Amino acid sequence: MRDRFVDTTTLLLAEDPRTALVLADISAEAFAPAARRHPDRVLNVGIREQLMLGVAGGLALTGLRPIVHSYAPFLVERAYEQIKLDLDHQAASAVLVGVGASYDRAAAGRTHLSPADVALLDTLSGWTVHVPGHPAEVPGVLRATVAADTSAYLRLSTLSNARPHAGDGALVVVRDAGPGAALLVAVGPVLDAALSAAADLPVTVAYTHRPRPFDTGGLRALAGTEVILVEPYLAGTSARVVTAALADRAHRLLTLGVGREELRRYGSAEDHTRWHALDAAGLRRSLTGFLSAALV
Amino acid sequence: MTTLATTTARIAEAAAPLDGRHPVAPLLERARAGREFGANVHSTLDVLWVLYDRVLRVTPATVDDPDRDRFLLSKGHAVAGYYAVLAAKGFVPPDWLDDQGGPESRLGDHPDRTLVPGVEIGSGSLGHGLGLAVGTALGLRAQGLLDPRVYVLLGDAELDEGANHEAIAYAGAVGLANLTAVVVDNSSATHGWPGGLATRFTVNGWTAATVDGRDHAALHAALTGHHGHRPHLVVAVIESE
Repeated sequence: MRDRFVDTTTLLLAEDPRTALVLADISAEAFAPAARRHPDRVLNVGIREQLMLGVAGGLALTGLRPIVHSYAPFLVERAYEQIKLDLDHQAASAVLVGVGASYDRAAAGRTHLSPADVALLDTLSGWTVHVPGHPAEVPGVLRATVAADTSAYLRLSTLSNARPHAGDGALVVVRDAGPGAALLVAVGPVLDAALSAAADLPVTVAYTHRPRPFDTGGLRALAGTEVILVEPYLAGTSARVVTAALADRAHRLLTLGVGREELRRYGSAEDHTRWHALDAAGLRRSLTGFLSAALV
Repeated sequence: MTTLATTTARIAEAAAPLDGRHPVAPLLERARAGREFGANVHSTLDVLWVLYDRVLRVTPATVDDPDRDRFLLSKGHAVAGYYAVLAAKGFVPPDWLDDQGGPESRLGDHPDRTLVPGVEIGSGSLGHGLGLAVGTALGLRAQGLLDPRVYVLLGDAELDEGANHEAIAYAGAVGLANLTAVVVDNSSATHGWPGGLATRFTVNGWTAATVDGRDHAALHAALTGHHGHRPHLVVAVIESE
């Protein structure tokens, strides 16, 4: 996904003089050709994430469309006040593109984990959040996001589904279990594991790469009384949105995602997927427990 | 010791022959509304007046002109004098001054750029203005807007915020010639800045001038004293409160 981001952004910088890229050393080498061609619009501020967001705010105030890129924990968590004040409070907007989602670099430890990024941006208003599930989804999502004028976060990961399910962000039914079935909404790269977990269960599976704004119309059209959210970041991040969308209906909601406890374990991203029960076996355990309760 | 009364009188005197419509002193009194102003208001009045009266190329008619000079108030608590000067120069109606912070007011105890014509940034939390100013200067340069200058006003205690030091080092390294930072120094930083504020900037490649922050001629010379390819610093020294 990072490679597709670099390629697409390099093209956008050449195509649209309104675009600018702000870096804090991360990926600077990959953007070196773009920096040579557009030295005034490819800005590497060094390892200074607060300044990176401040610069983005200033660029936006002059009418440019900044793309801001770093590792997710440094981009979203370290510079949170700059996101809140240097962008939102100024009525300025930018496209934030993070890599290293949740536990992509598990072996690096807690400093490089960021399962809270979407929840943190959820404290702000009006942000679009894209969580691509496949590298092929990145170019289209990035182009559409840069062409818009609102603030957005693209959450890129090393984890991926086997194939893309791109769309405009509305819920896409990937597996239809018929009327009355439980609805599972999978966000981004957790789709394949969710499909596998639900394979022989009466569960309709829908996919989205755009949890914000959440497709509440699609949710209301698809949801019965059982709803399951599977998200590759903090469990329950979208619970508030789903609960509000279904407030007038009796329903049960199961929220699955990354746990809050710091595991203090290294290993691989796949190991962490298993430990957070986001692999097919773990999801199946959660699904059967939730659905059997409905039958009691 | 310069008092508010002598300062406002001096500003009114300076204003009268240049702009008879809105002398600043009575406007500041309206904004004051009987409250006691702190050092933050007194310390910035002269700089603000010299900027808006003699330096900045911006008028109420050009607040959206891409070619305007930008003034960013980073120390957002120093707002009463700012509002008074904006009213004196016709950016906001003087009537707005009578209800600062009120439920229907557009003038808060910190300024909001979306509510006040002529205000370039919303501020209040210290340490944001210089980064935004660097981005503004870069954005102008990237669009070939080489005439406008970006001025940003900070306080000496505000420099305690680390975000400023990210911006000082970077602006010096990339040679942002269209940027001027103004630091009003009333020695309010808790641990001080031994050796002077300006050294923190000049070691990073800025030019700097340190002047009497009450001396309008000296301020004018310093605020227009940038040259070459470096960002410029003006330290406006005023009495400690």
